[in-house]
Amino acid sequence: MKPPKFDYHAPTTVDEALALLGRYGGDAKLLAGGQSLMPLLNFRLSRPAALVDLNRIPSLAWVREADGQVRFGAMTRQRTIEFSPVVKARVPLLAEATRWVAHLPIRTRGTIGGSIAHADPSAEYPAVLTALEGEVVARGPRGERVIGAKDLFKTYLTTSLEPDEILVEVHLPATPAGAGSALEEFARRQGDFAIVAIACVVARQGERCTLARLATAGTGPVPLRLRAAEEILERDGLGAEALDAAARRAAELVSPDADIHASADYRRHLTGVLTRRALTRALGVARG
Amino acid sequence: MTAPSGGAGQRWIGRSVRRVEDARLLTGRGTYIDDHPPVGNLFHAAIVRSPHAHARILGYDLEAARALPGVVGVITGADVARHSKPFSVGVTAPVHYYCAATDKARFVGEPVAVVVARSRYVAEDAAELVQVRYEPLPAVVDPERALEPDAPVLHETVGTNLANNRRLVYGDPDRAFRDAEVVLKERFRFPKYGSTPIETYGVIARWDALDGVCTVWSNFMGPFIMHPLTARVLGLPENRLRFIVPPDIGGSFGIKSLIYPYIALVALASKLTGVAVKWIEDRREHLLASSTGTDRVAYRELAARKDGTVLGMRFKWLDNVGGYIRSPEPGCSFRPTGNFVGPYRFQHLEVDASTVMTNKCLTGPNRGYACGHLYFETEGMMDRLAATLGLDPVEVRRRNLIPAGAFPYRTPTGGLYDSGDYPAALDKAVQLARYDELRREQARARAAGRYFGVGVALAVDPSVSNMGYVATALDPQFRAKPEYLPKSGAVDSATVKVDPLGRVLAILATTPQGQGHQTIVAQIVADELGSVPEDVTVVDEMDTFTRVWSISSGTYSSRFGSVGTSAVALAARKLKAKLVAYAAHLMDLPPDSLEFRDGAVRPKRGKGPSYSVKDLAGRAHWNTESLPAGMEPGLQATAVFGFDVARAVDAEDRVNSSNTYGFIAEIMAVEVDPETAAIRILRYVTVHDAGTIINPMIAEGQIYGGALHGLGGALYEELQYDEDGQCLTATFMDYLVPTACEAPTIEIAHVVSPSPLTPLGSKGLGESSSMTVPAVVANAVSDALAPLGIRITELPITPSKLHAMIQKARKT
Repeated sequence: MKPPKFDYHAPTTVDEALALLGRYGGDAKLLAGGQSLMPLLNFRLSRPAALVDLNRIPSLAWVREADGQVRFGAMTRQRTIEFSPVVKARVPLLAEATRWVAHLPIRTRGTIGGSIAHADPSAEYPAVLTALEGEVVARGPRGERVIGAKDLFKTYLTTSLEPDEILVEVHLPATPAGAGSALEEFARRQGDFAIVAIACVVARQGERCTLARLATAGTGPVPLRLRAAEEILERDGLGAEALDAAARRAAELVSPDADIHASADYRRHLTGVLTRRALTRALGVARG
Repeated sequence: MTAPSGGAGQRWIGRSVRRVEDARLLTGRGTYIDDHPPVGNLFHAAIVRSPHAHARILGYDLEAARALPGVVGVITGADVARHSKPFSVGVTAPVHYYCAATDKARFVGEPVAVVVARSRYVAEDAAELVQVRYEPLPAVVDPERALEPDAPVLHETVGTNLANNRRLVYGDPDRAFRDAEVVLKERFRFPKYGSTPIETYGVIARWDALDGVCTVWSNFMGPFIMHPLTARVLGLPENRLRFIVPPDIGGSFGIKSLIYPYIALVALASKLTGVAVKWIEDRREHLLASSTGTDRVAYRELAARKDGTVLGMRFKWLDNVGGYIRSPEPGCSFRPTGNFVGPYRFQHLEVDASTVMTNKCLTGPNRGYACGHLYFETEGMMDRLAATLGLDPVEVRRRNLIPAGAFPYRTPTGGLYDSGDYPAALDKAVQLARYDELRREQARARAAGRYFGVGVALAVDPSVSNMGYVATALDPQFRAKPEYLPKSGAVDSATVKVDPLGRVLAILATTPQGQGHQTIVAQIVADELGSVPEDVTVVDEMDTFTRVWSISSGTYSSRFGSVGTSAVALAARKLKAKLVAYAAHLMDLPPDSLEFRDGAVRPKRGKGPSYSVKDLAGRAHWNTESLPAGMEPGLQATAVFGFDVARAVDAEDRVNSSNTYGFIAEIMAVEVDPETAAIRILRYVTVHDAGTIINPMIAEGQIYGGALHGLGGALYEELQYDEDGQCLTATFMDYLVPTACEAPTIEIAHVVSPSPLTPLGSKGLGESSSMTVPAVVANAVSDALAPLGIRITELPITPSKLHAMIQKARKT
């Protein structure tokens, strides 16, 4: 488990990093927290000509609020997010999701941009980005562009980012005041990738649902937004029957794959169970 | 927990003395094989492994690999066939197990070639360039399928995938089943899992062409029976093969005893390239191709009376040893021969044990060697018996336990249980768990539609295997031949010496894998010599050229707490006797009027001069003229301790397969989430009887580790293969090991029945709950789901599988 030979570069600015990507013409990999890339290299499953290490670019690690969003530099560590008061107050779903991300040493290295760009469909952050209708900012030789969550994830470990682009920012809309959120996850062990996770946001006025967001992890090649289940709540309100119906609909919306950890049937079943639990818990903290 | 205290005169034994090893290990100052550059100019090996589960090797193209700068040699299976012999195997089937594939590859990950280069990076680059031409063959992974007439055959020389079969009969099982009022039958499946020690295998070999000595440094801890086996394979006399073990090993749990093929392979690589070669196994190699326990299909039958008395049992086993049977298999079937009946009184037993070869990774001892399998089945049957008769699971066990007054107890299979009080230990577990309250809670939970279950599991915990059990695999007629040499033994040595300042050095012939031998030995020696543990320095490295050892020596089979500690105590006592004799000479008194007390030789009665150890040591070392006539100079003593109850297997297949036998009683309460099928452990109580406990804290650590290990087999760990024999669990993302987060709260208590066979009364405890937790979890989950008619007979219980069972049960 030693990687094949590669060049290593540690630029200190994004422009330098972009120039390096250009120089290798798609044959370089960006190194963020390294929690997924390093094993891939050691297993020789990834054989880039060069690594461009983003860890020495100070301008990529920050958290701030702007225009009703909480924005993150792509190299912000998961551990920073876990303890960020802004995140806790404005996007509590992300704070909760972060506690489900692996283990402490991994979160200490892992980054928000790295997790999203890696696009593992069983990971928590892509589900959160999808549920919140967040967006990312990509910078490349043609300038910057903003990519919405629904246009970002293409299939397993694949995004619409171009090989000469760097994901530099993540933008998450702040959760409206009074809305509740929850992330329910089922994994065989603490810290594993989800067998299924459901990220959920709801806002209410009495029994009326003014906002419902549901997204999955672990149910297919990309995190899935469960729009048809959300619509049931927006139409029928937040009574027990509507919640049950939304959960049943959620289970129908996914077509997960089987692997050695769980059958497709079980994943579909969990989608319903966890949707119901996430909605119940999110409503428990929602006001209005 | 309740801590047993040591006996009279034991000031340090029985105390939770802090581990002297920890500061070193926790601050990164341990010396493991990979930290260990015993010779300069080391080259590094990378092993080319078969990507096929079953394939004929047609040839090799090595030019590209050899041409890579930094490569000094490539060794293939053809070289292995030319320069070494196959290992002896423990059965008569003609299985040719070489240290690398020679004619065919028989499992994914089997070594087919070795590249030696100036760095591991270059070696791995070159390993990718080695082209092996294969003719892929159909594979078989299931032991029942492997015995069908049209199944692919792995070893043409054997002609079948059945490596061995023995039918053992004890008492009159047919009559027991004829007389039975209740007969129960069940099929069980036990999963293939290992131990994944934090430190993987590591071997450094230097074959010196000048003196003809091959020196091997490795994290091999025994059994040292593997030394003569390896010497024979390499064509070396035993005094030309030197095994050295560095001071620290990062865990083994039995798995590292199967490092020996790699010792041979790396030694050959050194011989053929002429350089010293280092190989450190990586995690993928470990999961693909180190060693695991067997997966087993078991058919069980139980005969009983209506009052719950078990009359007899039948075991039919298919143990899957993977691509080759290798020593010490088929211990997977026979290691527990003496304790086949567990803690129960029944006298009639039939065992039909088949060892099957399939295209999976090879096997060997894994913590609790074969006992996890045994008790998973037996304790499952005891619960079925209870359910069938409407008896409480604790009560049905009580009715069958060997009574406290029956020890030493000879089992029908030849085991000699040295001491115990099984009913008392079970009672203690029942009290600690507040069992009756758990049953009331269960009734309330069931009324509310919740799945709440209570499991019970008992086990006789065998320690210090008698290597003679291995011959149970052979037919008695074969063993009766004049040319057959019987085998038996369980031996370890220790040396204790006193320096001129009176400080003590204890030298062991074993290398611990983290168990804390230095601490334990310092406690024992301090008690014997009336000093303090800090004044005792313990050397626990192994070197076959300088240590006193025997075939059965090593740190395995929970030996140290029983046989290793005995050797230490006896060496210290021998030395004390010498000190008394010397002091008697100095005092001009008869030796029997003196005794060794509180660190000095004193008159037994009355006042008088005394000589401290320090005083005696100074005189004895500096002035040999002061020694009595005929006394050997120097203050050291070596003791070799062996059990005389370790006998060879007899003509009726009876064997005392271990030497000391502890006991475990466990109770667990679980709740199964009706929606997700997740299993939550609410309560877990474990009571142990391991005789005298030398260090309760260390004992507790062993129990924690054993329990977690068993939890792995019960809920998480399984090496899985697809139908083509591809391993699906070659990383820690797919091979799930329980972590601290998955650990339940463990409530521990002890019952102390000192062993009459060991000087300190101690028994082994290293495997402990690894052998009971699979059973207690399965029984608890079965109990939780009893309203649905679900019985757990296969492990591991994953939520996905359990959910499917619940769905199916609800439909019917």
